[in-house]
This record gives sequence, structure tokens and C-alpha cells, in this order.
Amino acid sequence: MISQPAPAASETNYINEFGGLKSWLLTGDHKRIAILYLISVTFFFFLGSVAAAMIRWELTAPAGVVLESDTYNKVFSSHGVIMVFTFLVVAIPSVFGNFFLPIMIGARDMAFPRLNLLSWYLYMAGGILILAGMINGGVDGGWTFYTPYSSMYSNSNVTLVLTGVFIIGFSSITTGINFIVTTHKMRAPGMTWFRLPLFVWAHYATAVVIILGTPVVAITLLLVVFERAFKLPIFNPELGGDPVLFQHLFWFYSHPAVYIMILPAFGIISELIANFARKRVFGYHFIAFSTLAIAGLGFLVWGHHMFISSQSMYQGIVFSLISFLVAVPSAIKVFNWTATLYKANIRLQSPMLYALGFIGLFTVGGLTGLFLGSMGTDVHLTATYFVVAHFHYVMVGGTMTAFLGGLHYWWPKMTGRLYAEGLAKANAIIVFLGFNLTFFPQFIVGWLGMPRRYHYYYLAPEYQVYNIMSTLGSGFLGIGFLLPAFYLSKSLMNGRKASANPWGAHGLEWEIPSPPPSTNFLQIPIVLDEVYDFDPVTEYEQDRAQQAIEHAHEHPGMMDSHDETASKLEEGGH
Amino acid sequence: MAAIAHDTHEDHGALHHQFENIEQQNDSYIVGMWTFLVTEVMFFGALFLIYTLYRSMYQMDWYLAHEELDVKLGAFNTIVLLISSFTVAVAVRSAQRKERGLVLANIGITIACAFIFLIVKAFEYSAKFEHHLYPGPTFGAVPEHLNGANANYAQLFYGLYFGMTGLHALHIIVGIIVLSALFNLWWRKCDSVMKDYIPTELVGLYWHFVDLVWIFLFPLMYLMPKPH
Repeated sequence: MISQPAPAASETNYINEFGGLKSWLLTGDHKRIAILYLISVTFFFFLGSVAAAMIRWELTAPAGVVLESDTYNKVFSSHGVIMVFTFLVVAIPSVFGNFFLPIMIGARDMAFPRLNLLSWYLYMAGGILILAGMINGGVDGGWTFYTPYSSMYSNSNVTLVLTGVFIIGFSSITTGINFIVTTHKMRAPGMTWFRLPLFVWAHYATAVVIILGTPVVAITLLLVVFERAFKLPIFNPELGGDPVLFQHLFWFYSHPAVYIMILPAFGIISELIANFARKRVFGYHFIAFSTLAIAGLGFLVWGHHMFISSQSMYQGIVFSLISFLVAVPSAIKVFNWTATLYKANIRLQSPMLYALGFIGLFTVGGLTGLFLGSMGTDVHLTATYFVVAHFHYVMVGGTMTAFLGGLHYWWPKMTGRLYAEGLAKANAIIVFLGFNLTFFPQFIVGWLGMPRRYHYYYLAPEYQVYNIMSTLGSGFLGIGFLLPAFYLSKSLMNGRKASANPWGAHGLEWEIPSPPPSTNFLQIPIVLDEVYDFDPVTEYEQDRAQQAIEHAHEHPGMMDSHDETASKLEEGGH
Repeated sequence: MAAIAHDTHEDHGALHHQFENIEQQNDSYIVGMWTFLVTEVMFFGALFLIYTLYRSMYQMDWYLAHEELDVKLGAFNTIVLLISSFTVAVAVRSAQRKERGLVLANIGITIACAFIFLIVKAFEYSAKFEHHLYPGPTFGAVPEHLNGANANYAQLFYGLYFGMTGLHALHIIVGIIVLSALFNLWWRKCDSVMKDYIPTELVGLYWHFVDLVWIFLFPLMYLMPKPH
């Protein structure tokens, strides 16, 4: 790529160019908005985790520990609502998408900076309403808000919380519109569609799902609010309304929403795999198109959430079949990432550890999805902990792991500081092990029949051992989430300064200073190369030189260190 | 829309810092507006789906319930909105030709049409409220206005009637605000609209969408055929 004039010596960047709280709260800079989002989603993730910890603690004993049944209902509902609507749907697109999509395509900003800022305010307004509802009496019925319970019977704060979710929906929509227009219209000269980093493809597909799905769930939830507030009868069975219709409309969005949560994660993983395997991703076009295929097929499978909700057998068969088809593009991705690793010069730095963990966890999550997508097994497994384990493998093992991987990968670029790599590597392993200990036993206990959302299981005390394992694992997982908060914040205070490209990665974001200047590029780049354009020979030589330097640092006395390292490398290389 | 040439560099509104040139900026605005309209289509689309389902389930009751709606007022409102669609199209055309007087006149007529629509709608709504045809416990308290329809299913019909036309009316109100803001910019001879027709075009696109929704709502709500 025709790159930038050498990074300017001046220390002006997007963080320190303008000072004061007001300059942050009224900013149009996509990077600052991403930081605002990073702080907010971390806050909401913390609250959701506290709720998760309460659930896990409560389930250690067959008859419960401290919570009343009613409180338990509210706690697991809060966990679901907060995690889904204020973290998973929002986190990766609004933090990393916001920060890096414009930079990766060589643009100075999003197409609509003020709309971008509006999306953060909508998010905060919705989030505060949700929290207000939860603090002021709580909400029950789970994050799915099935009618008629939510519309006619629940006496908790459904109206307030749904209004909050509705508003957050518009925050998603504005972000989606921005991504679509930015990707279409703001690419730098020479940045063709097939030179786009796969991260951009993933966010483009996500944006398409957002703008098609979110309005549908928005109006559906609004109808529930209106039914509660103004007696507008749409899902009321007493008047001939169909409560199952709510489920159709809800899952028409909320199944694609699963892809809103996981497609951006795929994007991060593609970046990590290519840049730490130091190779062009195997089958770039296939990964790009499989992203679009998942986005498209995702709209045709909602009925697999409703196999036991009175839908006809033939409808079930069709939904089951199409659900199976989603496995094809998903598998294309997993196989292509794995093929990229083959004979690659892999660097096991902390972001890569998360990426490798992701591939394993997502595969388990995806394959168990097939169990649930086939009607016979689904009847047995519906609403058991097997389902809980399945979607936590995809959402936590997938999206959350990718979020952490992306956070570690781009932290030096976003903040200009390097964190403690050793701790970060250890943390990746803690998260992986803690996660599996938490959620794998849930597959088993679900298979044995433990229903989700139940408060007690004293009639089946044999479930206890799995629940205790699960709770123990969640403790490790909690450490795995707190530790990065500690060492990443510490790096802000006394971390070493990051160079423009600490990983030796490819991509426009690594050609500008860390942290980037407010306008991203001093002049708009002209892109001449393919994406992930690693030259194997150069890579090998650079690697050898780097290792020789490290070796020389460790053993200053040895003169022949260079040759030794080289011969070691050749031995270990195959 | 790309046919309008930008002869001189000064011949356009302000270029925002994130764009390279005015063509990129204008293209972005147009794509953004169309993308927004897609979300609007999905927004109303869910309601049309609900309508389709319930109408197919309760054909006769909905037919009987719909007879209470005033077709004449509905048709009048349709004509009003069609006129407004025409005037907003002329306004965009005049904006491209930089004919300020025509733009102001046509935006003015469009706003007037929007108000007429809302006033007629208010009369229709108040009649329905008087006849207890609004959702709630007192629905159908005056049974002769149900025309023999099952009160529950009729309530579903009026629930959707108020839901869909209410959401549409909300879009009309937003349209009035946006059109008035545009009128104000033209009135004050602001460069942002005088030198660049795109803002006018964007408002025009939105207004056409609002009209189009009504073009579907009118026959669906007011012109049901008698089921066999």
C-alpha cells in the first residue's frame, strides 16, 4: 500500500488533541465514540456478570441458597436482558467496528459522525431505562418476553425494560446504517471489495442483518408495551389474538441477532488468524461469501426456536433443514481458519491464544446447535441446560472470547500502550479452562434433564455435582474477566509505549501511529496490495532476525547465537 | 440524480471533513436515506404481516368491522397525500433547477396537505372514540357500530387500525417537522439547500415513503371486499 508519510513526531493523537469531558461527550470522532462504548459495555457486562454469579451461587444447592424464587426469576431475566441487549449485540460492532472499520478501509471517519454519537446516547438512554426497571422492582419472564405472560400477567417492570430495549434497537439501527454507507462509499482509492479485510466484510454483513431484523423486533416489543399500557390487543388470546405470533416475530429478529453477535466475532478471528499465522487467510473469498450466506440464511431459520410451540410438523421439517444449512458456511469458516494455520509460522501471542480458543469453543457451540436443530433430539432437549450450554458456547466461548482477543490485539493501537503479555497469555488460558469447566457440565446436566430457569432441583439431587463444577468454573471465568481489567488499566498508567505496529501485522490500521491521530490518515492512502499480503520469505527472514535479537539479549556473551537460533528454527519449523 | 453537474467547486453546500469530495458526500447521504427507508419498510412490514394473518383468520368479522370506517374521508385523505407527493416531487425538481420561489411554494403546499390529512384523521379518530371503537375494556359499548361483528375480533381490527394508522400519523408529524425545517432553510436562503439539492431530495424521499405507506393502508383498511 502507498502508505503514510512516516508517522509524525508530534505527539498529537485522538486522545490528547482535545481536552475536557465535553470534548468527549460531544465528539464526532468514531474512535472516541468507540472508547465511550468500550467503557459503557464494560460497565453493563460487569452488571450482567454479577447477575450470573448470583445464579451460579444459588444453584450450588438443590434447594437454593439465598434467593427467593421470585428474586431468582428477576435475576436470571436481568442477566439475559443485560448480556444480550446491552453487551453481546452491541459490544464488538460498536467498539471495534466503530474504531477500526473506517481506518481499515482508509477513511477519515464514519459517513455520519453525528448519527454515530446519537447511537451512543440512544444506547445509554436505553441502558439506563433497563437498569431503572431492574433496580425499581425488577423484571421477570426472561429475556425473550414471551406473550401472554409479558403482556398480560407479569406485574414486574416489563414496560420500562422493553422501552429501553426498543431504544437500544434504534442505537443498533443507526450504527448499522453508518456501517453500510461507510463501507459502500468511503473506501480509499484501490480498496476494492475483495481487498477489504474480513473484519469489514463481517461488519457489513452484520449491518445488513441489523437493518433488516431490528425494526421488526422493535415494533413487536412496542406492541407488547402498547398492550400493557393502552390495552392495544395484538397478542391477546382472549380476543382471538395469537400469542405464538409474538414468538414468530421475536425470533425473526432474535435468531438473526445471534448472527449480529457472532459475525463480528468471526471478523476479529479472521484478522487474528491471518496476522498471527503470518499468512493470507486460506479461501478469502469463501470466508467473505460465507459471511453473507450466514446473514441470509439466518433470516430463514427462526422456527427452530419453536419446534414445540404448536408449529406444524412440516413447518418444523423445513426450519430444521434450513437450520442445518447454516452449518455449511459456518464450517467453511472453521475449516478455512484451520487450513490457514497449516504449515504457518504461528506466533502464540495472547490475541492468538484467544483466537485458537475461539475456534475450539465455537465448533462445540456450533455442533451442539445441530443437535438442537434436529427435531427429534430437540423435543428432549428443549428448555434444558443443554440449550443454555449451547448458546453460552457460542455467545461466551465465541463472542466474548473474540471480544477479548480483539481487545488484546488492538489495545496497543487504541491506547498506545503495551500490556503485560505474560499475564495476558495466562489469562487466555484461565478463560478457556474456566469457561469449559463452567459450561461443559451443563451439557451433561441438560442431557440428564435439568430444565433451564428452574430455581430448585431438590427432586433430582444428582444434578448437584454438575452445578457445583459449573459454579466453580464460573469463579475462574470471573477471574479471567477481572484480570484483564486490572492489567489493561495498569498499562494505561505505566505500560510501555506501543510502536505503530507492535505485532508486525498487516492492515491500514497498523500503518498509522498508535494511538491514531484524530483524522486517522494525514493523507488518504492508495491501496495497491491485496489484503493480508504476507510474503513468506520476508516473514521468515524477519522472524529469524527478530529471534536472533531476542536471543542475543538473553545471552549477551554468545557470539554464534544467530546461527543457533536459525538452525533451531529450521528444526522446529516443520 | 447524478445528472446534476457540480460545475464549480463552490457550487455546493459545506463539505464535511470525513468526505473527499461533494460527490462522495452526496452519494453517502442518498445511500444512507435509502438504507433508513429499508428499516422503515421492515418496521411497517411486521404490522402488515400481523394484519394479513388476522384478516385471513377473521375475514367476515373484519369485513363487518371495517364497514364502520368512513371510505369517503379515507379517499379524500388519499387524494390529499397524492397531491402532496406530487408537490414534493416538484419541489425537488425545482431545487435542482435552483428555482427558490417554486421550491418554497411546493414545500408549503406539501406541509398544508400534511396538516389537512391530520385534521381529517383527527375527525375520524374522534368518531371512533365516540362509538367506543377504541381498544380497551369499553370496546363495543355501543353495539350498533359493530355491524354484527364479533366484538373481540373487531377489537383486534381496531387495534391494528389505530396501531398502523397511528404509526403512520406519527410519521406524518415527523414529516411536517422536517419539511418545515427545510422550508425555513430555503426561506433564509441558506447555502446548504440553495447550492445543493440533496437535502431537499432526502426530505422528498422520506415524504414519498410516508405517502406510499398510506397507499397500502387505505385499501387494506377501508376497501375490503366482502368475503364469500
